[in-house]
Order: sequence, then structure tokens, then C-alpha cells
Amino acid sequence: MDIHEFQAKELLATHGLKLPRGGIAYSPEQARYRASEIGGNAWVVKAQIHSGARGKAGGIILCRSEEDVEAAADKLMGRRLVTNQTGPKGNLVNRLYIEETVQIDRELYLGIVLDRKAERIKVMASASGGMEVEEIAEKEPDSLIQITVDPGAGMQKFQARELAFGLGLDGSMVTKATDTLLACYRVFRDFDATMLEINPLVVSKGELIALDCKMSFDENALFRRPDISEMRDKSQEDPRETFASDRGLSYVGLDGEIGCIINGAGLAMATLDMIKLSGGEPANFLDIGGGASPERVAKSFRAVLQDKNVKVILVNIFAGINRCDWVAEGVVKAREEVGLELPLVVRLSGTKVEEGKKILAEKAPDVLVADTLAEAAEMAVAEWKKLGQSAAA
Amino acid sequence: MAILLTKDTKVLVQGITGRIGSFHAEEMKAYGTNVVGGVTPGKGGTTHLGLPVFSTVKGAVAETGAEASIVFVPPPFAADSIMEAADSGIKTCVCITDGIPAQDMMRVKRYMRRYKAENRMMLMGPNCAGMITAGQAMMGIMPGSIYKPGRIGIIARSGTLSYEAASQMQARGIGVSTSVGIGGDPINGSSFRDLLELFEQDDETDAVVMIGEIGGPQEVDAARWAQDNFSKPLLAYIAGLSAPKGKRMGHAGAIVAGEGESAQEKVDIIRSCGHHIIPHPSAFGETVADLLSKMKQAA
Repeated sequence: MDIHEFQAKELLATHGLKLPRGGIAYSPEQARYRASEIGGNAWVVKAQIHSGARGKAGGIILCRSEEDVEAAADKLMGRRLVTNQTGPKGNLVNRLYIEETVQIDRELYLGIVLDRKAERIKVMASASGGMEVEEIAEKEPDSLIQITVDPGAGMQKFQARELAFGLGLDGSMVTKATDTLLACYRVFRDFDATMLEINPLVVSKGELIALDCKMSFDENALFRRPDISEMRDKSQEDPRETFASDRGLSYVGLDGEIGCIINGAGLAMATLDMIKLSGGEPANFLDIGGGASPERVAKSFRAVLQDKNVKVILVNIFAGINRCDWVAEGVVKAREEVGLELPLVVRLSGTKVEEGKKILAEKAPDVLVADTLAEAAEMAVAEWKKLGQSAAA
Repeated sequence: MAILLTKDTKVLVQGITGRIGSFHAEEMKAYGTNVVGGVTPGKGGTTHLGLPVFSTVKGAVAETGAEASIVFVPPPFAADSIMEAADSGIKTCVCITDGIPAQDMMRVKRYMRRYKAENRMMLMGPNCAGMITAGQAMMGIMPGSIYKPGRIGIIARSGTLSYEAASQMQARGIGVSTSVGIGGDPINGSSFRDLLELFEQDDETDAVVMIGEIGGPQEVDAARWAQDNFSKPLLAYIAGLSAPKGKRMGHAGAIVAGEGESAQEKVDIIRSCGHHIIPHPSAFGETVADLLSKMKQAA
């Protein structure tokens, strides 16, 4: 789960990190008021969306007067900002963060991630801040220094010192950097983060200040992090995904027109691949999970139909513990309940498959029944192409 | 694979009195698994499904001689249960639970290293379907009927994809020695490579199907290791060729976060290591059948 910059900074502040003074604004008037509250003669107006690379997309505006702050806010509020991370539709800007400007003596990079290879938390730093980490890894790979943390002992002071010296800091800055790095590690650990990035972390008049911050969290740990759960901003999500996740379904919206309902994440990914291989484009990933009861199938139909582009639906259920005849009954019932009129391809496999097919043939003769995964994908793509042709004619 | 699980292996069910634990304990017994008891803290001394229930894993091991356990404990408590098993002399543990925080799994992995390699518990999962030695015993939630006993090994992240593979093989008369789920979480117990090492030593397995997906380094690590150290044919399928970057596809670990983590990159590397690629998820049966007929001709 992602959060906004201003929320990440609130979390950093709880662990004593130094931040520029700033405040949140929901309107141009409020933005101007915030600027006067902060004082000084220069401010940055920062669009709060769940994406990095906002600066390049015009989402961060430097202002030299309170009027400019108001004008910048007016320009950004309500706009959909497209960055290289948001996709072509962009993300809605409905909050701004107004911040004082800070003198920049040096720009550093700090990143903390879960390293899947080491199975530990990894802390990375580079003296080439300001660039994206991918760019640093490509252009200045030697500047990227890293340490991994023993989960039993936690991050040690010497590890933080190694990073600080590696960044070329000296004197009292080493102590300050050590404290900052340890505090960031603690924020990461204490809130079950999966990613924390401060880029840039700037040296400013002998202080270390977090100018920008991005954080993501482990969704599996939200049960014990109610404060983080509250930071979820649904306006930043694909509305199709919000609808599905609110109903306990695992869903990812895609760009095609063939809606998919499958049990199991692996089988669902594989079915999407099969559709693509057959010349079609899936509209979504949806893992219905275990059970595939009529209620869950009905919920899944509704979730898939949130996407108005969907023209054909493919259901692929491997009935292991439950039986194909039950799943077939469930599909028939759910289709009636939802009033589904789109072409429907169903592939059942597992126990009692013949009984399941018989039920579909009797109660829903217009449903296309497939035997194999390849056949199901081909049938769905053929139906979709038929519709395309009739629409063109 | 007799190294991991046979019909004689004594199995405990952690979380046996819960709804899911109860259901699958019965299914495992029905398949022939030697389930010797269960663990639910606070319910020690009672009987459930005709099996003794213990409050601690140590107590259960002392009383029953159990050497393996399967965990059906809810996510907030599952890591604790795995560590309890590791500390009680359990040799093989399967964790079915989906939703364990990644940092808890980090601690579990660290904790398991307290024990010398020869005493260290082997963990399958979490967030997996478990494992089955076809025709003998299962520790998991898979439908036993789709596995014909035979000589092909399966290692998979995804449960349903491993079912797909087993049933496609069954339809062609090809049997499975052992199928093992390693789970869809970013930090898991045994890796593809750990299990390939066991399959290498298993006289009852002629070839192994590895079913991977986007995210993480384990498929590539296994393929590279197998190049020089695995003497049997390795066939691989990687799910998620159409998955967009940065999106989590159902499994907590199924996300392309960096270089080498996309399905196409993994497929390319595995192929360059000289292993067989199963081109699409409807070709498990066909690809394995082709390989077997070639092996027969060569022999």
C-alpha cells in the first residue's frame, strides 16, 4: 500500500527526522494561507499523488510570492497528473503540500527495501541524490553503498557509520547522518514498510533534511498497523480495483476487453498469458480465491462488470476441494442474479467435471464450455473478435 | 519423494481445531496420511476428529513422535507457530497460511538458522498448497485424486497451477512422484533450488517440472544452479508474461520490482541455462510427454 509524501513525512517526524516546515492544502486559498503561515519568501507547491517523478511531470512548482503559491495551487488542484509511473490516465491531485524552500549544499539518496534475495532489510545510500535510483544504479553504480540488517539484532550504529562515511560526510555530520539512518530504519521496521525512499536527503547548513519521501507498506501487516490503514487514499487507486478489494477479491485492472474470473493467483496469471497468446487482451486479473461459492462468483461478476470495456467473460475454475457440479450451479445462479448478458466462456476442471458440464448444458445452454485452458482462451478470443467485427459492420 | 514424506511419516496439524484445520486434517487422513495428532494452545488433553490434541508442539512430539507438521494458524500467529515447530524437533513443516507479514517471515528464517544444517527444519510455504507424495500421503490442501503415482516431480509457487500441471499429466497417463508447493510470498521457506537438491537425490524421480512466476530471484537461481548440479531434465513454466510492471498479481510476492524479475527475462535466462521451457500453461502434459518419449528413444 502506498501513501502520500506528506503522510510519509509525518511518520518520519515521529522518529525525530528533520523536515522542511510545511502544511497541507485542499484549495488555492488554503495554499496561500499555508505559505503565509510558514513565512519566508519562497515556497514549493507539491501535488500529492501516489507516484514519484512528480517534478518532471510539472507537479512540483517553485513560487516566489504568496500570489504565485495561490496560482500554482489553482493550476494543480483537480488535475490528473501523468508521470512515468502513473500510466496514461494519471492520478488525481486533490491535496497539495506547501513547503518552505531549503538551501541545498549536497543532495544524497537514501533507500530502504525488503531484499528478497538476502531475505533481510537492505539500506542503500548514494552521494548522487536527486536522480532516480534506477538512474544512479546505471550511471553511478559505484556510488551506491548498501548494508543488510540482521533481523535478530536490528541495524547497528557501525552500519549507519559505514554508510555515512561512504557518503563522504565528516565531522558532526557523521553523527547526524548515523542518527538519521537509524531513525529511518526504525520507521521502516516499526510500521512494516516494504519501501522507504528519501530522495533527496539534503545537507543544508550543517543539517540533514528529508526533502522528499516515498513509502510503501506490507498489506499483510496492516492488521497490526491501524494508523497506516487509515492513510489509504482510494482516490489514487484504479476504481475497479477499489471496488474489488473492498469486497475481498484480488483484482488488477488491465486494458483489454476480456473479463477474467479465475481461482488461484498463478492460474489467473497463466490464463491471462493464454488469452494474450491467443490474440486477445485481458481486461483484468481476478483471483476468486478458494470456495468459488455462488456468492463469490456473483461478487466477481459484479467486479468484472465495473469495467465498462468488458465484452466477454472467461471463467476458469479448478475445482479441487469443491466440486465442478457445485461451481457450475454457482455460475448459473450468479449469472441470473447479476443479470449477465455478455458472452460467457466457462472452463471447469477437477472433480465431477462431467456433472458440472451437464448442469451448464441444461440450465445455461448458451454458455460456451471449454475443456482445456487453451480452448477456453481461444473461445473467449473468438467471441471477442466476432463482437468487434459486428460492431465494425 | 520418500525423502520428504511417505505414508509412514508422522504428521501433526497445528491449528487442528479450527474450521480449515479440521477440514483438511480429515482430507489428509482420507488420502492415507499418518496424522498422529494436533496442536491448539489451551486445548491440550482433548480429542478432536479422533486425534489427541496438545497445547504445545513439544508436548505433541514427545507423546506421538511426530516428525512433520502442517500449519493452519491465522496470519497474526503463524510465524510463531512455525518457530515453535522448528524448536520442537519437527523435521518438515508445511505452512498453508496466506497473509503472514514479510517481516515476520524474515524473523522465522533468521530463527531457523539457530539450528545446525542437519537439525534444521525444512519449511514449505507459507501461502502454499502443501506437498503430496502421490499414492502415499499428503500434507496440504490439494485434491489428491488428480495425482497419478509416477516419476515426475513438481515444484510450484502456485497451488492451482500445480493442479493444472498434475491433471494435464494424468490425462496423458503420466504420473507424479512428489509435488511440492513453495508458496507465493516474497520471503518463503524452501526455494526451488532447495527442492531441486532433494529431487536430484530422489531415485523415484526422473524429471522435474518447475512452475514459477514473476517477482523475486528464485527461479533464476535454481536454473543457474541446476546447469551444473542437476542431472535430470528440468522443465520450467513461468506465469505472468502479460503482467504489468509494479503491479502485485494476487500473490504477495508476484510483483515485477526490478531487473530480471519479469516472466520474459526469467524464461530467457532459464532457456539460456539449457533447460526445457513449457511455452504456455496448456502445454504441461504435452511438453512432459514429448520429453519422456525422447528419453525412451535415447535409452
